[in-house]
Amino acid sequence: MHRTLRLANPRPLLSSARAQPRHLVAVRHNHQNASPAPAASSSSGANVSNDQRTTHFGFQTVPEEAKESLVRNVFDSVASSYDVMNDAMSMGVHRLWKDDFVARLKPGARGPLRCIDVAGGTGDIALRILDFAREKYADRETSVDVVDINGEMLKEGFKRFKKTMYHNTPQIAFKEANAQAMPEAEFPSNTYDLYTIAFGIRNCTSVPDVLKEAYRVLKPGGTFACLEFSRVNNPLFRSIYDQYSFSVIPLLGTLLAGDRASYQYLVESIRRFPPQPEFAKMIQDAGFVTGGLHEGKGGAWIDLWDGIASIHTGVKL
Amino acid sequence: MSLAAASMRAPRRTARYLATLARANTAGRPHARWQTRAVNTQPAYEGHIPLNWFEHGFLTLGSAFMALVNPRRADMVAALGDLTSGPVLPRLRDRMLESPEGRQILKERPRINTHTVDMNKLALLPEGTFGNAYVTWLERCGVTPDTREPVHYVDDPELAYVMQRYRECHDFYHCILGMPVNVVAELAVKFFEFANLGIPMTGMAAAFGHLPLTHAKREKLFRDYVPWAVKCGSSAQSLITVYWEKRWEQNIDEMKRELGIWSPPVEPRWPKPLSEAKLAAEKRAKMMENQQQVSS
Repeated sequence: MHRTLRLANPRPLLSSARAQPRHLVAVRHNHQNASPAPAASSSSGANVSNDQRTTHFGFQTVPEEAKESLVRNVFDSVASSYDVMNDAMSMGVHRLWKDDFVARLKPGARGPLRCIDVAGGTGDIALRILDFAREKYADRETSVDVVDINGEMLKEGFKRFKKTMYHNTPQIAFKEANAQAMPEAEFPSNTYDLYTIAFGIRNCTSVPDVLKEAYRVLKPGGTFACLEFSRVNNPLFRSIYDQYSFSVIPLLGTLLAGDRASYQYLVESIRRFPPQPEFAKMIQDAGFVTGGLHEGKGGAWIDLWDGIASIHTGVKL
Repeated sequence: MSLAAASMRAPRRTARYLATLARANTAGRPHARWQTRAVNTQPAYEGHIPLNWFEHGFLTLGSAFMALVNPRRADMVAALGDLTSGPVLPRLRDRMLESPEGRQILKERPRINTHTVDMNKLALLPEGTFGNAYVTWLERCGVTPDTREPVHYVDDPELAYVMQRYRECHDFYHCILGMPVNVVAELAVKFFEFANLGIPMTGMAAAFGHLPLTHAKREKLFRDYVPWAVKCGSSAQSLITVYWEKRWEQNIDEMKRELGIWSPPVEPRWPKPLSEAKLAAEKRAKMMENQQQVSS
């Protein structure tokens, strides 16, 4: 009855222990391209003392060169079920967060924008930006360039856009590139008015490099906006959320996508990402002007659902 | 390509690579504060995924639902088997310990896949032997003994092996009962396995697997095969104790007598006629002999 689906080799899963954090340790990423004296203010970070540089891949430590291909494998395998899995894992709430994210940016309020949506493979944010500009401001000149390192995710995005009115228009373009090193020929400096990255930056090997590239491609006056999973503030809510993350999400991956390892990576990578104030500081270090180092009005970030996700913004002056 | 199949490709590479790293990393990995847990969740064997009671229940319900909705999800059927076989596996293990053959299996823990079983050697065995019958059966049904989904959710390593052994021996049960791999035959074998071994998953498959069948097929199943399967299964020796890999040369009729198995009353429908399968086997045997002659 179930002979058509066969595995060629037995599938060994991650042999490490499934760990659950008591609390987050602030992780300071090594600024590899910066001056050779790294400000090592916390206990862990990119390990420079070994022969090769290492970084984190969820709770594993991996050589830096490897992280990119490991992340690529994860997203190759989740691409076709990405949207279904997002809905299942967040019980549909990710849609609300993305709507909120785009609504706060108000694309099209002051004229058409050239936007770039990085790590935006399946086109969730790009579609929302274009729809918002069109519906609220009758703007059909705003354009979005969707950039992703993973071709499979871009293919899914392209397929989705074929069902919309933006297909084959200059309003949408799909480009494959590494957010840490976008080629200058394709992405000249000082081009974009709005740079968005939603639920993608934690998968990048070097967050400071991504921020530097963002600074480069934005015009003076352009906005940087990042929507990402972050640290929950309330301790009780945080422990419930942790339980849910580590118990339910990998199981949903097993059930719906037949892939536990990728979803285990996903929940672990959320825990390894710097908390809100740290990340805001990194944005400032890249040259952006942000609000104060606090949450809310006038602050550098806004928490959604008490910190499950948060929106960081900055402006290039 | 099905969703599950496509999604299983990449994480295998990832998981294999990470397993290599983990082995290299465990030497000097510092104990990080955020890796402590109150409950021990270290995996007990490769592929083991420890679950707490909530996850156990969630996955049981979820995999039952997914297996019903999409029976092609072999991993879901396997997961359900792992999760529901709790009380039965110790009994099977004890049955194995009671027989000398079973004790040998538990000691040596043989695995069955295309690497451990030499198909070509089996094809050269004389007709009437179990090895030859097995290869003929594979040929007739058009299947190979590729690896089944490994066991993940059984906590004790020995019981996990017993479960794995059952899964890998499933094809041998087909062969010795003389049943092909169509749905009716599979269900008949499931009835046999439930009567013989008592594994709950086989009982569930037997109880619910016939529902999607047409009326005619179901009637045929219950008229021709189920009474035989249940009688044969309950009176035969517990097949989990049989060391199949040491019995390739044994005459198959003698083996059936020894184990207490007899043929079904009605000959089932085979996808390939026996004559064609025999021809293919002979061709392969000749090819093997030529190869041996050339190399020597």
